[in-house]
Amino acid sequence: MSSRCNISCLQEAKRVAIFGGTHGNEMSGIMLVNMWIKNAAEIERNGLVTKPFISNPRAVEKCTRYIDTDLNRAFTPENLSAPDLEGLQYEVQRAKKINQIFGPKGSPDAYDVIFDLHNTTSNMGSTIILESSTDLFNLQMVNYIKKAMAPHTCPVLLNEHPQLKYSTTRSVAKHPIGLEVGPQPQGVLRSNVFESMRTILKHALDFIELFNSGVEFPPCTVEVFRAHERMDYPRDTNGNITAMVHPHLQDCDWEPLNRGDPMFLTFDGRTIFYEGASTVYPTFINEAAYYEKQQAFMTTCREILAANAIRKTVK
Amino acid sequence: MGSTFLPTVGRMAVCGGTHGNEMSGVYIVREMERQRRVMGDGVWPIPVTTVLSNPRAVKECRRYIDTDMNRCFSSAILSSPITDSSPYEVWRAQDLNALLGPKGSAGAIDMICDLHNTTSNMGLTLIHYTTNDWVNMHICKYLQTKITQVPVRVVILEVPISDAYSLESVSKHGFTMEVGPQPHGVIRADIYNLMKEGVDMTIDWIQKFNSGTVFDGGEVEVFIWHKSVDYPRDPDTQELNAVIHPQLQDRDFCQLKKGDPLFLSFSGETVKYEEESLYPFFINECAYYEKGIAFHLAKKIKLPIPTVQVQKD
Repeated sequence: MSSRCNISCLQEAKRVAIFGGTHGNEMSGIMLVNMWIKNAAEIERNGLVTKPFISNPRAVEKCTRYIDTDLNRAFTPENLSAPDLEGLQYEVQRAKKINQIFGPKGSPDAYDVIFDLHNTTSNMGSTIILESSTDLFNLQMVNYIKKAMAPHTCPVLLNEHPQLKYSTTRSVAKHPIGLEVGPQPQGVLRSNVFESMRTILKHALDFIELFNSGVEFPPCTVEVFRAHERMDYPRDTNGNITAMVHPHLQDCDWEPLNRGDPMFLTFDGRTIFYEGASTVYPTFINEAAYYEKQQAFMTTCREILAANAIRKTVK
Repeated sequence: MGSTFLPTVGRMAVCGGTHGNEMSGVYIVREMERQRRVMGDGVWPIPVTTVLSNPRAVKECRRYIDTDMNRCFSSAILSSPITDSSPYEVWRAQDLNALLGPKGSAGAIDMICDLHNTTSNMGLTLIHYTTNDWVNMHICKYLQTKITQVPVRVVILEVPISDAYSLESVSKHGFTMEVGPQPHGVIRADIYNLMKEGVDMTIDWIQKFNSGTVFDGGEVEVFIWHKSVDYPRDPDTQELNAVIHPQLQDRDFCQLKKGDPLFLSFSGETVKYEEESLYPFFINECAYYEKGIAFHLAKKIKLPIPTVQVQKD
């Protein structure tokens, strides 16, 4: 039996939001949120309010990732405090609006949890993305989801790296969670991907309801993949790519990559090998939207995080 | 039985980027242009023109700028007057018609191989307009024997050439080489290599044909387009209210029979197929959502083709 001092008491999570369409061509989240806006029965739970929300409606209308700039990089302190001038990029205006409704980011008034729904062209399965290794609520929620989804696996990407992390739409909330499900082409809706995302959210909301009702969650460990390095394509002096992800690496998200393993294949048939010193776990392999961000894939390192027992604060 | 004698296939064009986000063709054309710079015009055994069809769309990695260029090659659109408000792609289509055509004339290039990708699970599919272009049909038959990593299939649209709206209708013989599945905006090495092999084998056949090789006739299995089917939509908003059923997803060219599942609604109901047995393809192609097409249906037939050889002058 755990002693009282090992249980972390956390505030209830009463205000929860589900964002779809942060990228206007990532279809699963858009369809789920539109469905729940019409009929919210499936996402209702006792003890919390869940708000489905389309983050970037103009991009959704055009079925494009963004209008002026990537919304999921736009929640920087500079943008959020930018004055309301004419000529402000659409997504910066949108970030300020979202911060007003669901934030302010970093304040006690911010929403408790935001789930941000994404798709990827990479073979990442049902990946959950975390931004902090010390957010006990999120770690316990992820543990609950992974157990509920088993034997279907949910890899966890932890992006806490000072250079690689970015200011996400969900970062407005106290507990941000990204869901990244693939592979799915942009602009396409696949039934299996849609249903996976739907089921993960069902379990996530069940967790929050249980937590808010006073259930104590025992200590747990969570396997995560910590963001390590961004690997770009080989490019020529004009910036055009000169090689493709190698067929042996393509679709091998979350599988170990070792020194000497094939990494890229040039258009004229030459293999380029991975030269890193230690085993890494690549992810976001060949994501369509990352060609312009100079990323062929991201390497991660496997880690086990420990989380204290948690229960809600009793006033 | 004797051969059918056909004229030399003198000049060929390989076109990529007709849709600017279908990446294999874009990179194949770029690689072929690099090879020509390094090794000179003799790099291929026959004269090959390489064309980046829609450079503005390629630059922006979009299917098109104003309108789908691969619907702009009907005789009517090719002869329509260009004004300042004409869509970019109509102007460019007329430009390509001047370069590779004119469509329907004796001066048109002999062969266009137009490179496309699809998000559908279609392997390597060769698409053209008529059942009696023996050059096209023999190239299809040749590719079916040479390429074994994925199924190679033939789709025929049976539209008169003047109404035919896509780029390959400009040349005397021509087909679209459609390879998938690949997300738009992505280049996959396996898909690139497959398409490259398709282009190389096409050039190979033409070179052999022009040199006098006799290609035996036989039967080729072809899929003849019959109709297209849209998604179930909300009658007021026209938004989709169902997704391709998981038992239909990725099953391009597998026979669809009465009672087979087609769509799964968001509320969990299955919509079933109720008509005659046909063959679906272009299942869940991204670009077809806006065209109101969830998939196409085709009849499958065995088409007899004659033995052919080049006509000696």
